[in-house]
Amino acid sequence: MKKYVATRIITMFGVLMITLLITIALVGSNMDTILKQGIVFQVRSEITENPSIAESFSSVEEFEGFIQTQINQRIQILGLDEPWYSPQRIGVTMYKIILLDFGHATFLTSDEGSSDVKDILFEKLPRTVLLFTTATIIISIIGIFLGAFSSSKVGSGIDRITSSFAIISSSFPVWWIGMLMIFLFAFTWQVFPPRATPDIPSSDPEYIGSLLYHMALPLITIVMIGFGSWAYLVRNFMVGIMQEDFIIAKKTIGITQKKIIYTHALKNAAPPIVTILALSLSGSLGGAIITEAVFDWPGMGRLYFEAITVMDLPVIIGATYLLTVFFLISIFIADLLYGYFDPRVRTDN
Amino acid sequence: MNNIAPQEIKQEFLKSKMGIAGIVILLTLGIVSIIAIIAIPIETFQEWNNPSNWIENPKVAIPIWINIFLSEKIPEHKILNEPNIKKITSEEIELISHQFGLNFDYVDFPNDFIYEFSSEYSGNPLLQMSVIRPDGVKLNLLTTALPYSNEKTVHSERIFSTEQAIKKNLSLQSENFEFEFKRLSAEDIVFSKTHVNEPLKGDYIFLIDLYGINSENRIYESKLIVGGKAFGIMGTDELRRDLAIGLLWGTPLALFIGLAVSIASVVAGLLYGVYAGYKGKKTDEVMMRFNDVIYALPALPFLIILSVTISNSIFVMVGFLMVFGWVGIAKVSRSMSLQIKTRGYVDAANMMGQKDSKIILKHIVPQLLPYAFASIAISVPAAITTEAGLSFLGLGDPTFPTWGQILHDANTFGAAARGMWWWIMPPGVMIAITGLAFVFIGNALDAIINPKLKR
Repeated sequence: MKKYVATRIITMFGVLMITLLITIALVGSNMDTILKQGIVFQVRSEITENPSIAESFSSVEEFEGFIQTQINQRIQILGLDEPWYSPQRIGVTMYKIILLDFGHATFLTSDEGSSDVKDILFEKLPRTVLLFTTATIIISIIGIFLGAFSSSKVGSGIDRITSSFAIISSSFPVWWIGMLMIFLFAFTWQVFPPRATPDIPSSDPEYIGSLLYHMALPLITIVMIGFGSWAYLVRNFMVGIMQEDFIIAKKTIGITQKKIIYTHALKNAAPPIVTILALSLSGSLGGAIITEAVFDWPGMGRLYFEAITVMDLPVIIGATYLLTVFFLISIFIADLLYGYFDPRVRTDN
Repeated sequence: MNNIAPQEIKQEFLKSKMGIAGIVILLTLGIVSIIAIIAIPIETFQEWNNPSNWIENPKVAIPIWINIFLSEKIPEHKILNEPNIKKITSEEIELISHQFGLNFDYVDFPNDFIYEFSSEYSGNPLLQMSVIRPDGVKLNLLTTALPYSNEKTVHSERIFSTEQAIKKNLSLQSENFEFEFKRLSAEDIVFSKTHVNEPLKGDYIFLIDLYGINSENRIYESKLIVGGKAFGIMGTDELRRDLAIGLLWGTPLALFIGLAVSIASVVAGLLYGVYAGYKGKKTDEVMMRFNDVIYALPALPFLIILSVTISNSIFVMVGFLMVFGWVGIAKVSRSMSLQIKTRGYVDAANMMGQKDSKIILKHIVPQLLPYAFASIAISVPAAITTEAGLSFLGLGDPTFPTWGQILHDANTFGAAARGMWWWIMPPGVMIAITGLAFVFIGNALDAIINPKLKR
């Protein structure tokens, strides 16, 4: 068991590092160009603001030379003179990231105006947790009970409706349903607000109420699309278990169907269910990037998309790091839980 | 895993209603794709994002068929390009007359009218535009001379109903009408009843007369566009694009994306997993750790970064989607091949000294084929929706617009707020139907391979 946990942890750490390396490799070169342009712009604007510097030069060449040295100096201070793939720069970046020091965002700021990536991330994360984690919990509760219920009546009307609903809803993109919901319930019948961002400041006492009201439409949408496949999954696990010998034995000694399903069978279906729950809870932290874009929900997903469109490297790296960490932790927990419930996995043979 | 003969699978599959439904939908989509590829040249389609290509179409027009359900019909956008051509020569003067018949049967005025033409002439011909209304009144709209030229020249022009000269000409004929013109636009007068300013239904004839002294004048590409609020089977969007074309061409694209991604990733995952499982020991360990790494990468964020930084070409995107698609299949096929390789005939083949590649391809892979087909079908919808999602974020390939991109445009132009359901509904429905076809087929296959679920 110890060896199992240790190999797992090493793999996870490796994955984390590889993810970061790939991210830096993908955005690094673009980012360097942007940063260098920024420096050139900064130097030039400082000089135009201060005409006395320009007057102190006799020729144009000398003046241009001065500007060039200024630019080069700053590039050197920031370490941009070496390419992004130099081991030194990557090493420094990775070391800082591991210590959760993501630096400052280039363009984006938090609502309070801080450009510290950590502030931005931890401002957006609770909102994503509020919407997506709530939705995931609701989905799993509905899913488990509906799944267990329809597995007790295989072939019945409810079973068929659940199964077909699961199949149909799985092929609709959530964000498209979101667009439809906005179209129907925000514009055609004006029940909910079309944008999910509350329009009053967070210090207002009515803020919570407003936030919940704005959250309703995305929440309904996500739950509506999500619970079908959960129910279907749980149903399939349960149907498999209901055919096992020990359940049939329990039936023959006269334990009621209801008791068998909700205590004995559900307990045995727990390992896969718990695994999936752990994975989907962590998946929910990323917030569906596209869903947040549709509903204009100010969480991690939208932050990520905004950061990529303006190529804000520190934010991209910070968010990727955070998402990957959560994802890996949950895979890890899921693995451990699975091993705990199902001892066959642990022996690894 | 049980062994099922292909024949049996086919029989079972034909019994399943769901599978049949999936096949039927898929065939329909295939036919639609073929129609799209044959009927709409790809050059037209690649001009999707070029606004000048769509200038003849109306803005945000509702689909035409909506008129069937309405008692008060919405004016249709009409592009008339087959005029009645007459040629009259008397002495030196030659008259070329293009006549456009228009049946106007709506309770709303048209948006505008545009006459578009190219003319080949020499000298200084005179162009006269007039309209004969259902009540017999003939209105002179415009009299203009084409630019003088000594030699033979070609001149193209668009005459818009908003032109000042038309308004002026109409106000000279205001004795025909019993209401004040003031701020009314030309089309509101031309298509109006004489006593009140309400649309007059009936047959209109638009006359374009070209008077020339030289006998070699010619008008070609003569088109009269009467702007309406309904157009085509699927309507148009903010940029005047015919949504029917986008939706039709989206079908082969979606099928291509879905099938290419799922087939490639299933094949790659299958071979990878089987090889790892068959080899076992160190090879298996290393290959599975690599598999874990890919599995743990956050797919959508990476796809976004890749499409922003590397390329958003549709073919490159298919490759990126593959990179994240094969992982799960590799895991399952590995565990399946672990079971299969313990069977006697694999051992026998091994002892006979057959090559590993031969054993894998001849003895193990065929056993996994039913599973592979089911996985291909099941992973198609995910590929399609992921691509649609990326396009929806505005990261799609502009030369091959997909359904996701239509939805992206709908979102940016606020189609939901403006009630333009014909811009939002059809692309999503198409995505869902395509996904559904494959889910049906996949589930039907799955039920045959895992008979436990059937009960």
